[in-house]
Amino acid sequence: MSIAAAPTSFFYPHRHLLGIEGLTPAEIEGLLDLADDAVELSRQVSKKQDSLRGRTQINLFFEASTRTQSSFELAGKRLGADVMNMSVGSSSIKKGETVIDTAMTLNAMRPDILVVRHFAAGAVELLSQKVSCSVINAGDGSHEHPTQALLDALTIRRNKGQIAGLTIAICGDVLHSRVARSNIILLNALGARVRIIAPSTLLPPFADRLGAEIFTSMEKGLEGVDIIMMLRLQLERMSGSFVPSVREYFHFFGLDHEKLALAKPDALVMHPGPMNRGVEIDSAVADDNRSVISEQVEMGVAVRMAVMQALAQQLPNQ
Amino acid sequence: MTKPLLAERKKKKIGSKPGNKIALINARLIDPASGMDEVGGLTIKKGKIAELGPELRRNAPEGYDVIDCGGHILCPGLIDMLVHTGEPGFEHRETLATASRAAAVGGVTTIICMPDTDPVIDDMALVDFIERRARDTAIVNVHPMAAMTRGLEGEEMTEIGLLKEAGAVAFTNGADSIASARVMRRTLDYAKDFDALIVHSLEDADLAGSGVMNEGEVSSRLGLSGIAAAAEIIMLQRDMELAQLTGAQYHAAQISTAGSLRVMRRAKAHGLKVSCGVSVNHLTLNENDIGPYRTFLKVRPPLRSEEDRMAMVEGLVSGDIDVIVSGHNPKDADVKRRPFAEAEDGAIGLETLLPAALRLYHAGQIELPALLRAMTSAPADLLKLPAGRLQKGAPADLILVDLDTPWVVDPDLLQSKSKNTPFDESQLQGRVLHTIVNGNTVYTLSDDH
Repeated sequence: MSIAAAPTSFFYPHRHLLGIEGLTPAEIEGLLDLADDAVELSRQVSKKQDSLRGRTQINLFFEASTRTQSSFELAGKRLGADVMNMSVGSSSIKKGETVIDTAMTLNAMRPDILVVRHFAAGAVELLSQKVSCSVINAGDGSHEHPTQALLDALTIRRNKGQIAGLTIAICGDVLHSRVARSNIILLNALGARVRIIAPSTLLPPFADRLGAEIFTSMEKGLEGVDIIMMLRLQLERMSGSFVPSVREYFHFFGLDHEKLALAKPDALVMHPGPMNRGVEIDSAVADDNRSVISEQVEMGVAVRMAVMQALAQQLPNQ
Repeated sequence: MTKPLLAERKKKKIGSKPGNKIALINARLIDPASGMDEVGGLTIKKGKIAELGPELRRNAPEGYDVIDCGGHILCPGLIDMLVHTGEPGFEHRETLATASRAAAVGGVTTIICMPDTDPVIDDMALVDFIERRARDTAIVNVHPMAAMTRGLEGEEMTEIGLLKEAGAVAFTNGADSIASARVMRRTLDYAKDFDALIVHSLEDADLAGSGVMNEGEVSSRLGLSGIAAAAEIIMLQRDMELAQLTGAQYHAAQISTAGSLRVMRRAKAHGLKVSCGVSVNHLTLNENDIGPYRTFLKVRPPLRSEEDRMAMVEGLVSGDIDVIVSGHNPKDADVKRRPFAEAEDGAIGLETLLPAALRLYHAGQIELPALLRAMTSAPADLLKLPAGRLQKGAPADLILVDLDTPWVVDPDLLQSKSKNTPFDESQLQGRVLHTIVNGNTVYTLSDDH
């Protein structure tokens, strides 16, 4: 089958995908519908499709990433694009001008799609203003990571039928998480009730105004939830600066079976990866049958295919 | 649902004997928490207060051992929120056992010990150690206050959640302020989630510099470098901003200046969850008492001016100062018998806490229930302890107090291992006759005292 037929029923009106912010619920659902088709394609023996044939996709990563970059690479290849990976060490890029210079240089090579990850919030948008191709935000600082939110939504929708009406807990280092920010916006847009569970030191100020109910204890926050999204806690943040220790963090905020039991019996456990087993998630829970962590990875490729497919509609054909 | 990492142990009540039934009759019952001040009696069953009231004034029920209080005051045992012992690490200065004996004599039935030991109490295993040692050797209740930053270095916060589960009743950075506002903010923020009380000492180390006593006329005359009152006020002001920002529960371990009292008043008027303590030294002594370089009066914060002392009394009376502490800090002669600037800070105080505080009562400056409240129910409320009140079901931690008899402090008769008392040879009026902890007598004043 082909997902080339899908665009007739769905038109994505933007040149870029810089964030979930600004997307309408219909656009989000449209992208998820496209992604459903991409899942089917990806599960066939022949996964190749040609809607991006002749197009050039550059993955420009200012911050190291294995999963996201390979997911985008695979998505592009399955759609027939020529994919180039470019990793820029964060030490060589320190000033805004340099980001733009890099963008201008790449732009001169006439790519069609630029997939950009940058360690600074807003850097991808800045870059998008300077290039003539489509830009996909693959994560900018602690701001947004739209394809992650879309793949999470796709995973939830395929397991639960719909997102509206679900209670979804996002747990852990929300303060530094672009995944959390994109998810909060998306899940609210599709009618879910979002909870954030984290120690106060890992909550963004005024977190309650982002569209989520705030909890500082897992016991209270996990009660009756349909979905538990765990977030990764960076090692350098758990030695006394934001939380005292791994041991304490795991004891109070790590997802183990005891805490999981407070959620609904059919609750799903999600994690954007890479996991720190024994820090934010107990190994047994990560491998539990309620865990859809591997499925998320599969959905990641499909969602990225869908996004590039949608953006391709906007690319000039002449 | 989080399970304590350390196995729940049944804490042995000090000296408790099941079925031990005592009746205390012919007493003036004062319960600062409820404001009760009446003649009556009280019965103890299984280490707890069973009954109390005027009907027990003359007659004890059948089967009770009777203690005639002789009309003296029967009130809750004192809770001292700021006690340094030397255990572990400085056992030559004081052990939990000797500190507890001093406490029993002083009518202090619960001591909160500071974490600035060696090693610093910043780990669950060490909280456990203190509890175990106290259970085995102390004759009054002991609760550890744990360090809020590792090694008290003011940089990395400790495992506040786990430490609290292990039994730490509050968290402090010892005698030092946390210099970094960022660390302080994060720690307050984090502590709030666990409903943990932060008890902070106030001194801007940079401004205090090499100061050894209050900055003022006396320091100038003595040729000693001073610590400006501002060093305390600045830190308190910063902390009030952070308390507002985080919404955390904050307690200033000790304030000593009129300026600090003004800051505290403003913060309370703003509705912040803040409180403060004052040491009995700062209520009853001032910088002039240092006289000829008496190092037993070298304490931290330093003894301030008479105006500051009067402000402390006034703050206590108005209720803006919540708690009176002894600041008990035993130091041996080795570190005290030195030139003033080189001597270490610290004065013992468990045994003189109540008699010294009674100076304010005898001077007509404060009512007895208000004075006692600052050493009983007020600290109990802050620390969420069931003690500190005369109430059915409350722990039978009680003291019998003779308000009036004068006595002279003889360091040789003090229980504390170290003798660095600022009330050396002072005449005090009123003392504890009888101390009961969890229903058992741990001290009775004998005639040779």
